[in-house]
Amino acid sequence: MREVAVIGVGMTKWGELWEKSLRQIFVETALLALEDAGVGRIDSMYIGSMSPGLFIGQEHIASLLADYLGKTPIPAVRVESACASGGLALRQGFIEVASGLSDIVLVGGVEKMTDVDGSEATYTLGTAADQEYESFHGITFPGLYALIARAHMARYGTTREQLAMVAVKNHDNGSMNPLAQYPFKITVDAVLNSVLVADPLRVLDCSPITDGAAVVILSSLSTARKLKKPLIKIAGSGHATDTIALSSRKDITWLESTFQAAQKAYKMAGKKPKNIDLVEVHDCFTIAEICVTEALGFFDIGKGGEAVQKGLTSLKGKIPVNSSGGLKAKGHPVGATGVAQVIEIVKQLRGEAGQRQVKKARVGMTQNMGGSGGSALVHIFERI
Amino acid sequence: MPTPSRAWREFPQRYRLEAGKCKKCGAVSFPPRLVCPVCGWREFTKTKLAENGKVLTYTIIRVPPHQFADQAPYAVAIVELSDGVKVTGQVVDCDFDKIKIGLRVKFEFRKMYSEGEAGVIYYGYKFVPA
Repeated sequence: MREVAVIGVGMTKWGELWEKSLRQIFVETALLALEDAGVGRIDSMYIGSMSPGLFIGQEHIASLLADYLGKTPIPAVRVESACASGGLALRQGFIEVASGLSDIVLVGGVEKMTDVDGSEATYTLGTAADQEYESFHGITFPGLYALIARAHMARYGTTREQLAMVAVKNHDNGSMNPLAQYPFKITVDAVLNSVLVADPLRVLDCSPITDGAAVVILSSLSTARKLKKPLIKIAGSGHATDTIALSSRKDITWLESTFQAAQKAYKMAGKKPKNIDLVEVHDCFTIAEICVTEALGFFDIGKGGEAVQKGLTSLKGKIPVNSSGGLKAKGHPVGATGVAQVIEIVKQLRGEAGQRQVKKARVGMTQNMGGSGGSALVHIFERI
Repeated sequence: MPTPSRAWREFPQRYRLEAGKCKKCGAVSFPPRLVCPVCGWREFTKTKLAENGKVLTYTIIRVPPHQFADQAPYAVAIVELSDGVKVTGQVVDCDFDKIKIGLRVKFEFRKMYSEGEAGVIYYGYKFVPA
């Protein structure tokens, strides 16, 4: 297996981009990534997108985007794993370069979510749950994570305030990220007084509806060395599945797919949790970040809430979590999220993260998950 | 609009609570499966879910998907049945402040939602206090 590097990153401002189409958002972003990489040629493309079919009535988007980027006839593949589609695209691109079949691969993620109204968006996101045995009963994604939150609070004593502190910390970080959808700070009080969506989760516990894209360019390490830029290697890649129905799991509070994916990534990279300088995790809801930091091995089971309260996950804490602002403040254009996480880690490892720069960051991690944890991808990056 | 086949092929599970019991390890799968998720065996006997259970965790949905717009707010729980199977379903006929982890509930046959003009009216199970 060949070693693989991230040689270019591109991201544009995320938000409710009424004036832009999916193809326009993607192409603008991809051009930035190609420019950053300083390469003209790509051998293939992988695009993570959860549901262009339901959001904009358009399938077959891999070819559409290759066409509008001016790259036909190269192979282009859309991959889908709900909210982990972007992380999956990265892994498929990584595998293709590592195999030697391609040398330079574009990995993108894109979602255009505001062409439908809120209830239609809620329905579309709900298709990532078990349609016949979860969604059929009226459960939503905030609802599924609320079920996890309630159980975690009851079993481990995680508090409502600790959940709020996740959102506050991510908005603190996001306030320093000009590309974030909501680049401003919020308070614990604001979270606790925001409108209930699915008890105990309130609207400020939830990541927003977002339009956006994120693109990275991968190449073999030998090609990357010729580019005379900071070398960021993909040191580990892990992917795992779990039941998509939350009720089918042995333990509702434990994210087994994230745990399994992390174990694989740690092993491939030869790293342990203590070797990771910062991590971008899938905080689709505040409770998710708490459960994920436990499953990744940064904190003991049940201690994720306490860790946030103690500031262990803040920018200057033991393990900075979501320096970008996370899904909460940066936004969550579903398929793009897993790729945007990579961009944050690459910027941090290059030392280009500006005000939110984590000092001496050399090893970073991303964790991206689909649905209520039915799929998870974990990647480890190292500056060499 | 979906064809009625999507609704009727789930009738045995939704109307009669049919589950599959693994002939090798005895694990009960709901809905029934072709492969036992515990031991991998492929032979099952038809069984019926226990009708009583307790709430493991719950939420109140206040922002519903469009099919449930006329029902919100409503409670949804994961219920652990007395046979150990865990099932997701609404908890109805109960004030929200009476719903607690550990609340004893039982199945009832209820209307779920309808697809509107000339569409299917879906029925299935919900939970009520036992």
